[in-house]
Amino acid sequence: MTQAIESAATTETTQTAETAHRRAQQDLYRFLVALADDAVVLSHRLSQWCSKAPYLEEDIALSNVALDYIGRARMFYQYAAEVEGKGRTEDDIAYFRNEREFTNLLIHELPINDFAFTMVRQFFLDVFYCQYLTLLCDSKDQQVAAIAAKAVKESRYHLKRSEPWITQLCEGTEESLSRVQDALIELENFAGELFLMSDWETRLVGQGIAVDRAQLHGNWNSHVQDFLKKSGVEFSPCQLQIRGGREGIHTEHLGHMLSDMQYLQRTYPGAQW
Amino acid sequence: MQQSTTKIIPTKHPVYAQRHAFRRGSEHGAVWQLLDQVFDPELPGLTIWDLGVLQNVQLSQGQWQIAITPTYSGCPAVETIHQDIVNAMHQGGYQDVKVNVVLAPPWSTEMMSPAGKTQLKALQIAPPDVDDQVSCPVCDSDNTQVVSQFGSTACKALYQCKDCLEHFDYFKHF
Repeated sequence: MTQAIESAATTETTQTAETAHRRAQQDLYRFLVALADDAVVLSHRLSQWCSKAPYLEEDIALSNVALDYIGRARMFYQYAAEVEGKGRTEDDIAYFRNEREFTNLLIHELPINDFAFTMVRQFFLDVFYCQYLTLLCDSKDQQVAAIAAKAVKESRYHLKRSEPWITQLCEGTEESLSRVQDALIELENFAGELFLMSDWETRLVGQGIAVDRAQLHGNWNSHVQDFLKKSGVEFSPCQLQIRGGREGIHTEHLGHMLSDMQYLQRTYPGAQW
Repeated sequence: MQQSTTKIIPTKHPVYAQRHAFRRGSEHGAVWQLLDQVFDPELPGLTIWDLGVLQNVQLSQGQWQIAITPTYSGCPAVETIHQDIVNAMHQGGYQDVKVNVVLAPPWSTEMMSPAGKTQLKALQIAPPDVDDQVSCPVCDSDNTQVVSQFGSTACKALYQCKDCLEHFDYFKHF
């Protein structure tokens, strides 16, 4: 009798452990796909400048930044596919999910607009990723840490380019300044979402795998504000936060972008170079 | 014209010295040597060893496992290098080959060999410098300016020499 109870208790513990393990794997998968979605969506936006940038060097630069983000997306998608363990590939995840299944934060999906808008968004994100990925390098998940270590070097280099551009645009002409200011008004509403935690992300923070984004908000604000102040531009992020990306609720722009990005694979599934 | 006297002879960086010792300590010297025939597709004459892309050669249960690391995460050359390694191994008589892409430790220009840096200069590409003090690969002048932080590939920036006016690629310190 005692033995039977003990054995039942052991089975229950094993089941609980299995459930916990399964949930942890699901959380990790969602986390990886979300970071990959952020990267792939921004990459596609940046690539839309190809052949249309203000001048040739800038065209090449924006395409190269896009390439870095494609690389980042691939590393996260590949690892996500491995964690999921269903035999899917990075391409399956990137090309065969619908808008509602994409969990990127909204700031990444906004159209490129004008050059000032693209550079202000890039500046916001470069500052964010430099801080975020630095912390992610200490993740207890070795593969996550390795991807972060690779990506943070690239983001630091991107920041070296976006900062002088912001200065140049702020201190350039009345026109360039007014375009920066328009971009700041548009983007301040979307920046807040970078610091919102999801339930699954919070659980991963508890396991030492993810980073608490909320804690980065203060540093990010002061970096961005101090930098803009040097060029005499005031910036105070507004309280209104437009959110929903992590839950698959997007702006009207993502669907159009995906129809373009996924067209080839949807029309000719499995097409290869 | 300002002459650069300090950077003519590339010195051996501790990170490279460690790689070099690791390679010398490997029992598969012949395979490492065979892979010195594999070049970066964008940088003629620069082997994947010199570039720091080739990381390890191992024999596991009859299978040759070659570890490479990408320079930049989106570098499209990785696919070509992967295929070139397999081809070189097959030609060398090694049939069972697997190429693994490893991310840690992240690639850095410190992994490059002094020979690789010299080769860059021969291609008229300024080799990486820790302080980004870029000398013109044509006339050695230090009087240079950045034109764009990105050049023809992700690993290069575009510079111009203010003395000889030549535009050139700078292999970014990374």
